[in-house]
Amino acid sequence: MRLPRRSVLKATLSASAALASPALLTSRAFGADAPILVGSLHDQSGPIAASGVPMVDSLILAIEEMNAAGGLLGRPLKLVHYDTQSNIQMYSQYAQQLALKDKVAVVHGGITSASREAIRPTFDRFKVLYFYNTLYEGGVCDRNTFCTGTTPAQTVEKLVPYAMKKSGKKAYIIAADYNYGQITAKWMTKYVKDNGGEILSVDFFPLDVTNFGPTISKIQAAKPDLLLSALVGGNHTSFYRQWTSAGMKAQIPIASTTFGLVNEPSTLDEKESDGVIGAYGYFEELTTPASTSYVKKLKAKFPDIPYISELAAATYEGFYLWAAGVKAANSIERDKVVAALEGGISYDGPSGKVVLDHATHHAIRNAYLAVAKDKKWSVIETYEQQKPLDTAGVCDLIKKPTDNQQYVIKI
Amino acid sequence: MDLAFIIALDVLNGAASLVLLCLGLAIIFGMMRVINLAHGEFVMLGAYATVISANAGLNIWIAMLVVAPLFVGVVGIVIERCLIRFLYGRLVDTMLATWGLSLLIVGLVTTLYGNTIKGVPTPLGGFSVGAYKSSYYTLFLAAVALVMLALVYVVMRRTRFGLVARATMQNPGMAATLGVNPSRIYMMSFGIGAAITGLAGGLLAPVSGVVPTMGAAYVAKAFITVVGGGSAILAGTASASGLFGLINQLGSYFTTPVFGEVILFISAIILIRILPQGISGRFFKGSL
Repeated sequence: MRLPRRSVLKATLSASAALASPALLTSRAFGADAPILVGSLHDQSGPIAASGVPMVDSLILAIEEMNAAGGLLGRPLKLVHYDTQSNIQMYSQYAQQLALKDKVAVVHGGITSASREAIRPTFDRFKVLYFYNTLYEGGVCDRNTFCTGTTPAQTVEKLVPYAMKKSGKKAYIIAADYNYGQITAKWMTKYVKDNGGEILSVDFFPLDVTNFGPTISKIQAAKPDLLLSALVGGNHTSFYRQWTSAGMKAQIPIASTTFGLVNEPSTLDEKESDGVIGAYGYFEELTTPASTSYVKKLKAKFPDIPYISELAAATYEGFYLWAAGVKAANSIERDKVVAALEGGISYDGPSGKVVLDHATHHAIRNAYLAVAKDKKWSVIETYEQQKPLDTAGVCDLIKKPTDNQQYVIKI
Repeated sequence: MDLAFIIALDVLNGAASLVLLCLGLAIIFGMMRVINLAHGEFVMLGAYATVISANAGLNIWIAMLVVAPLFVGVVGIVIERCLIRFLYGRLVDTMLATWGLSLLIVGLVTTLYGNTIKGVPTPLGGFSVGAYKSSYYTLFLAAVALVMLALVYVVMRRTRFGLVARATMQNPGMAATLGVNPSRIYMMSFGIGAAITGLAGGLLAPVSGVVPTMGAAYVAKAFITVVGGGSAILAGTASASGLFGLINQLGSYFTTPVFGEVILFISAIILIRILPQGISGRFFKGSL
């Protein structure tokens, strides 16, 4: 008997399809119970790890809580986390992996502004919903991205007038030399001028500067009333120590947008940190019930956790906001979830009420002002429901949903 | 006038920190021809030794001046026995091996102590010059730098060990025929180089942010200074530290910290172009 190749192929194909069909059917049938994958890109090693560790710990806690409560849409949640090692290349590589191989429903991640800008286009391209839960310089306008951390209009705008009222109108700015420091210095300049003050000088420092002697002399020669700092990283911590050892600590007060984000108040001596003023969206020392229970749960689960700052709290809140969006949309499909999140989703988290703003995709949230005292922050002012006015001034995703860029403030 | 005095102190401070940072490297790289890319990590280990022993209740001065150099010296000897001694004369291999070593040390310290900033308060206080302020610690650093230079001079010039060490570095084969054990001398020299670097780390601990990755900020400057100084350990290190300290500090003061760094690196490139053998290859020939 002669068997034509074509009919043999047909026969085998249909046979194998028939054999495989139960598997196809079952995987579809059980698909509803397969875990929803939540992507995470945070630095767990390298210089930025001290910021990244509490963020991932918060995500783990939030996912565990949600699974214990029965999951999301009846499905369990599973974290897919990659350690980006404080290395931008790793961010790009793992972002592709999360989008293409793991096919996660959402990604929470990115710490420095540089890392965010490295992965944001990837998630745009592959249509993966992205949450950036870090305080930053503001201006990101992208319908696929939600920024839940504070921006300068929420914190610097409070910090500068408070510090100026306490000390005086002449300010000196010192900042780290990359996009965060450069843009934050512009915001500081704007708010000092808005409050009738004067900027004596703005100095930027590469991240590996360790000897601040000449700068300290320069600041003394300029005689400012107030020092505004956006210094970043371990090397820059030297500044606070050299400033104190030169005896300047008692002379000129410091207000900072970065000091205390990791654990500076607890590791520096009281002499070096007392009196430094900071403003963030969250402090571990907040005594609201939501905050204390959050801190207690995290510390019970991760006894060695570093300071729980806004970064960790915003990540926790970012996750719950996304979950609320999924519940409202009754789906994990990106477009439906984004539409639901734009409908004024809110969550009462450790920092208070957090509402997502449709026009900017940023968060309307509480801001707090605190002064370092005895190795801790002492929270002295609460500003309820602050809007991301900086980004709102340039970005309107209601009118122009296809906008996709980071605006930089012009001063 | 007061300001000029304070700036002079800054320059002194810059030069003194460079001397302390580079003296150990001058011995390990300048004398023994081992490109030690883990130099920055030796500094970091010294700083950690100081911070941890001081926070455990030890007197800060003992922690800085005794614990840090002793601990890093011992670590140096262990590393020399396990790794470096197989690589003498293989310049590029030492570079690769010590780079790997630096990653290992950073990883180990991170695993043990985490990567958050540690610190001890700066001892001594501040003083005023007219309307300006500076710290006594600056003067203390300068004094220690001078003492270390003097100590290395005395040991190298006036002791039997110094003579044997210099002879071994010049010609290990000849030294061996005269009854010296070169392997032992190499081990000791490496240990001393490491100990001096550890001391630098201990002394910098109170004025810097102590993290596992802090070494990276120091290693490039240390190498530039040692290369710029040339083969004479003392004359080279002292002159190059003085020159680069001056350029960096004045550059940072009169322009911006960014240009301060840029000016430093440009002047180092020019210096090495004009004096390929370093400062001591031209001006302090035959000195130590």
